[in-house]
Amino acid sequence: MSVLVYTESENGKFKKNALEVASYASEVAKLLGTNAVAISINATENETLGTYGISKVLNVSNDKLSVFNAKGYANTIVQAAKAENAKVIITSSSTDAKYLAPLVSASLKAGYAPNVVAAPESTSPFTLKRTAFSNKGFALTQINTDIKVVGVSNNSFGIIENATTAAIENFDTSLEDGNFSTKSTEVDKVVGKATIADADIVVSGGRGLKGPENWGMIEELADVLGAATACSKPVSDLGWRPHGEHVGQTGKPVASNLYIAIGISGAIQHLAGVSASKTKVVINTDPEAPFFKAADYGIVGDAFEVVPQLIEKLKEFKAQNA
Amino acid sequence: MKILVCISNVPDTTSKINFTDGDTKFDTNGVQFVINPNDEFGLTRAMWFKEKQGATVHVVSVGGPTVEPTIRKALAIGADEAIRINAEPTDGFFVAQQLAEVVKNGDYNLVIAGRESIDYNGGMVPGILASLLDMNFVNTCISLEIDGENVTAQREIDGGKETLTTSLPLVIGGQKGLVQESDLKIPNMRGIMMARQKKLTVVEPIDALNATQDTKFEKPAAKGAVKLVDASNVDELISLLHNEAKVI
Ligand SMILES: Cc1cc2nc3c(=O)[nH]c(=O)nc-3n(C[C@H](O)[C@H](O)[C@H](O)COP(=O)(O)OP(=O)(O)OC[C@H]3O[C@@H](n4cnc5c(N)ncnc54)[C@H](O)[C@@H]3O)c2cc1C
Ligand SMILES: Nc1ncnc2c1ncn2[C@@H]1O[C@H](COP(=O)(O)O)[C@@H](O)[C@H]1O
Repeated sequence: MSVLVYTESENGKFKKNALEVASYASEVAKLLGTNAVAISINATENETLGTYGISKVLNVSNDKLSVFNAKGYANTIVQAAKAENAKVIITSSSTDAKYLAPLVSASLKAGYAPNVVAAPESTSPFTLKRTAFSNKGFALTQINTDIKVVGVSNNSFGIIENATTAAIENFDTSLEDGNFSTKSTEVDKVVGKATIADADIVVSGGRGLKGPENWGMIEELADVLGAATACSKPVSDLGWRPHGEHVGQTGKPVASNLYIAIGISGAIQHLAGVSASKTKVVINTDPEAPFFKAADYGIVGDAFEVVPQLIEKLKEFKAQNA
Repeated sequence: MKILVCISNVPDTTSKINFTDGDTKFDTNGVQFVINPNDEFGLTRAMWFKEKQGATVHVVSVGGPTVEPTIRKALAIGADEAIRINAEPTDGFFVAQQLAEVVKNGDYNLVIAGRESIDYNGGMVPGILASLLDMNFVNTCISLEIDGENVTAQREIDGGKETLTTSLPLVIGGQKGLVQESDLKIPNMRGIMMARQKKLTVVEPIDALNATQDTKFEKPAAKGAVKLVDASNVDELISLLHNEAKVI
C-alpha cells in the first residue's frame, strides 16, 4: 500500500500547492508506515519532489492532457491509485483539484474529506480536522472507506522539507475518448499576476473606495507587495471589479498569509470567506466597523490618505530589504 | 429538457454557528434555514430554461420533514414539482447516491447542483453524482447555454475563467455568475399560493454507503484584540508586519 498525491503543475512547473500537498503526503505516509508516491502530469523537474519526502514520482507525459480536463485527469489519478495500491489519495484545494477529487472519490468508492487543515488526528479510525461552516467552525471527519481521498486546504499545512531521493517512473495511462466529452475551448486568465488562490498576500477593496476609478492605488499596493487583488461582493455586483475577484462566503475563499482589507466593513459573509488568512489588516474610517474585531492590525483612517503613504513607505522598505 | 435542481437546506449566511450535544451536533436553535445560495443561482437559471426553452423543472432535497419549507420556497419561485428523499444528509457520498436514484428514475437530462453547500462545505455531491451517472460535469459553473443537446458553459478557474463545450446529459456545480444577482427570484404571493397545490413527493432512501461522518465540531479560537496603528504612522504598521507577524 502507499499514499498517492496529485502534484499540480502549470506549464510544466509545480505550483506552490504541489509542494504543500507533497509535504502533507509524506507526513501521512510516515504515520501509516509507508511511502509517499506522487503523480505528476506533464511536469518537468519531478526530482524536486524528493525534497519534500516523495520517494517515487509517476510521471505522465500525455498530449491529451496538455489542457486540464477533470475527467481525464481524474481517471489518470485513479489508474495510478490502482497501480500503486494507494489507500490515501491527496489533492490540494485549487479549483481544478476540487473539480476532480469527487470524480476520483466516486470511481474508487472512497470517502472524501475536503478543506483539511492538519495531519490526520488518528489513522485508525482515519480522522481529519477540516474547516466547515465557511470557516466559522471546524469538523472532525472520519472516513470509513478502505480508500480515502483528502483535500488539503491551501496554506494550512505548509511546505516542509524532508529530503529523500525521488525515483522517477514513466506512467502510461489509457484514456478513451469518453474522457474528453467536455472540451476546453478558451481560457481567459490573468498572466504574470498572483491569483487569489495562490498568493501569499491579498489586497482587497470594498465599497469604501467609492468607485472603480479609485482602484489604481489598490493595484499599486498589490504590485509593491507581489499580492493578488480582491474585492467585497457589492464591488463585483456593481461591476467595479470582475466577479472572479469577489471573496467571501459566496465568493472565493482566501487563505493567504496576509490579507489587507481597505474600505471593507467586515460583514459576517465577508469575514467567513477570508478568516483563514493568517494575518489580517484593516484600513477603515469607521472605528466601529466590524472588521476591527476580526483583524490583527488596524488603521482607523481614510484609505485615500493612508494607502498612498503605505505604498511609498513599502517601496522604501522593499528597497532596503531587497 | 427535463431539469432536476438539487437543493441543500442551509443556515442563513448571517447565522451564528454553535454546536451542541458535547460538540457533536450543529445547534439549529434560532437558526433560519434557506436555499443554499449556490443552488439559488442554479434554480433561477433553471427558471430561465423553463420560460425561454420550455423546460420542466423539478427540485429535490435529501432531508427530514424540516427541509420542506425550503422546498416549498423553491416551488414558490416556480419549480413544477418537488421530491424529498427522507433521510438525514450526513455524508456527501450518501446524498449523491440518493440523488442518482432520483435522476435515473426521472429521466432528467440536466442536473443543476451547487458548487458547495455553505454549511458543511463538502463540494462533492455534484461531482460524485455525475460520476455515478456517467454524465458530463462542469463545476464552478458561471454560465450555461443549451441548444438542443449542445452545451456551452463557463467555469471559474483560479485567476480567470474557462469556456467549455459539452453535451447533455449534464450535471453542473453552479455558483454566483450563473445569473445576475438582480435576477434572483423572490417568491411572490401568487407563487406562494400556487406552491401549496404543487406536488411534493416523499420517497424513502435506498441502501447506500455512508463514506464519512463528522464526529466532532470545534469553534475557531477566540481572536486577540486588534493592534491599532495611528494613520500618520504607517511605518509602524510595516514594522509590525515585518518583525512581529513576519508576513512581509
Ligand atoms: C446571501 C449573502 C451572501 C453574501 N456573501 C458575501 C461574500 O461572499 N462576500 C462579501 O464581501 N459580502 C457578501 N455579502 C454581502 C455582505 O453582507 C456585505 O453587504 C458586504 O460585504 C459589504 O461590502 P463592503 O464592506 O465593501 O461595503 P460596506 O458595508 O458599504 O462598507 C464600506 C466600508 O468602507 C468604509 N469606508 C468608507 N469610506 C472610506 C474611506 N475613505 N476609507 C476607508 N474606509 C472607508 C466604511 O466605514 C465601511 O465600513 C453577502 C450577503 C448576503 C445576503
Ligand atoms: N441534502 C441535499 N439534498 C439535495 N441536494 C444536495 C444536498 N446536499 C448537497 N446537495 C447539492 O450538492 C451541492 C453541493 O453540496 P455539497 O457537496 O454538500 O457541498 C449543493 O449545492 C446541492 O446542490
